[in-house]
Amino acid sequence: MTLLSTHGLTAFYGDFQALFGVDLTLGAGETLAIIGANGAGKSTLLRSVCGLIPAASGMIRFDGADVGALSAPEIMALGIAMVPEGRRLFPSLSVEENLLIGTYGRKTQGTWSLSTVYDLFPVLRERRHNPGTALSGGQQQMVAIGRALMSNPRVLLCDEISLGLAPVVIKDIYAALPRIKEGGTSVIVVEQDIGQALRVADRVVCMMEGRITLEGTPARLTRAVIHDAYFGARV
Amino acid sequence: MIWVDTIVQGVLLGGLYALFAAGLSLVFGIMRLVNLAHGDLIVLAAYLILFVVTVLGVHPLVAVLLAAPMMFAIGWGLQRLILTRTLGDDILPPLLVTFGLSIVIQNALLEGFTADSQRIPMGAIETASVALGPVSVGLIPLLTFASAVLVIFALNQLFYRTSLGRAFRAVSDDPTTAQLMGIRPASVFATATGIAMVVVTIAALYLGVRSNFDPTIGPARLIYAFEAVIIGGLGSLWGTLAGGIIIGVAQTLGGSINPEWQILSGHIAFLVVLLIWPRGLFPRAFD
Ligand SMILES: Nc1ncnc2c1ncn2[C@@H]1O[C@H](COP(=O)(O)OP(=O)(O)O)[C@@H](O)[C@H]1O
Ligand SMILES: [Mg+2]
Repeated sequence: MTLLSTHGLTAFYGDFQALFGVDLTLGAGETLAIIGANGAGKSTLLRSVCGLIPAASGMIRFDGADVGALSAPEIMALGIAMVPEGRRLFPSLSVEENLLIGTYGRKTQGTWSLSTVYDLFPVLRERRHNPGTALSGGQQQMVAIGRALMSNPRVLLCDEISLGLAPVVIKDIYAALPRIKEGGTSVIVVEQDIGQALRVADRVVCMMEGRITLEGTPARLTRAVIHDAYFGARV
Repeated sequence: MIWVDTIVQGVLLGGLYALFAAGLSLVFGIMRLVNLAHGDLIVLAAYLILFVVTVLGVHPLVAVLLAAPMMFAIGWGLQRLILTRTLGDDILPPLLVTFGLSIVIQNALLEGFTADSQRIPMGAIETASVALGPVSVGLIPLLTFASAVLVIFALNQLFYRTSLGRAFRAVSDDPTTAQLMGIRPASVFATATGIAMVVVTIAALYLGVRSNFDPTIGPARLIYAFEAVIIGGLGSLWGTLAGGIIIGVAQTLGGSINPEWQILSGHIAFLVVLLIWPRGLFPRAFD
């Protein structure tokens, strides 16, 4: 069953067109990886879905309803949570307060609460009274993911959660994804680095220059095919 | 002994300035908005209290309870309809708009209440005094100071202990990411301005009970409030109380030497503190 979909989605920054008719679907319980080079439009796609930038044309459907015209707080309240690129913790808030504020616009009983987020990332429990920004990059990423989980979202959007982190830290963070799936949340992970994303994904979408250039399951996509979709066909 | 008395009076006066300044400090801390009409809004609230007292014949303390929600609504609407449009990277629009608002409020009050000076009548309590150790202090100045401490304590609890306070800090840090948490910045800002106007109503009660007021005195009150906010450290509420006390003590000390020096010595204390601590006494870590 399709939970979230976009149909012919376009988006602009001023005169600059960043998305050219993107059709995307995410099934309930599915984990989708969106890969693509820097500037391909991956973040723009996520920002359009979560209401931060208005869709110029096209449609966004979530759970059967057209949500394209809703504001970011309204979309969050429906159950689409975002882990933004660059983590973006609130510097004035402690680790625990950063987690708590994740429930501001959507208070639900579910799998995720302070204690289950601390179970998922135990290091955060020890550091819960520190300012969020006093943590290492990997720990900050854990806070950003935990903050999004606190609202028990139906869809979790993760924008380059491996950015700037050491491979062993990336592995730790990706190890949390199966547990997030078990909680019933559908996930979109956006990555430039293909390795981890392909390992957790049920399906992969490749973007280039604001368009989707390839779609398939990880098992059926060879590295050569992905390479072409990622960098453009070799001449 | 006379010195102790002077300093105690100064500290209590500082409470009044802190009350004038607390709303300003709150709004600045959350949305980096400098409201040049703050003093006039205090005067507006004083007229509102007086109006309720006159029309309903209730005690001023009861009038404050009635005026406070009205001022909250005025602040909420003002932010939602006007001030929110001035917020952005440029600091000039809020200054121009609130400067204009200051003139509008003064003239509206002149039209509505004439230029005659007014006072909020509080009865016998106005002249009552209590012995505080060796010094005798007026009951009203003591209540003013106690209210200032209480208001600042309450605002701090709100800011650091509640969900709304977390939203205040988050929006001030990063309004875009705050929206991803379900926070609506415009609505949070409107609530903050509404709360600031409740504090303004409390300040207005003491303004109107302690001295005469007329529609034009707002800007002069605003200067002391600004000085308190700035030397306290922008956005720090306890700093604002400390700043108010420093200005109050400097004024009474200066005034006890020569009455003409009272106002001047407050301003000099402000400059001296800024020379030594350019970011104020309690600067915020993140600016
Ligand atoms: N705020 C912005 N203003 C103008 N152009 C932008 C902005 N953000 C992104 N872009 C442009 O939009 C295109 C897609 O960017 P983005 O979605 O961030 O790509 P990705 O996340 O795949 O790296 C790029 O060409 C980028 O330069
Ligand atoms: Mg990006």
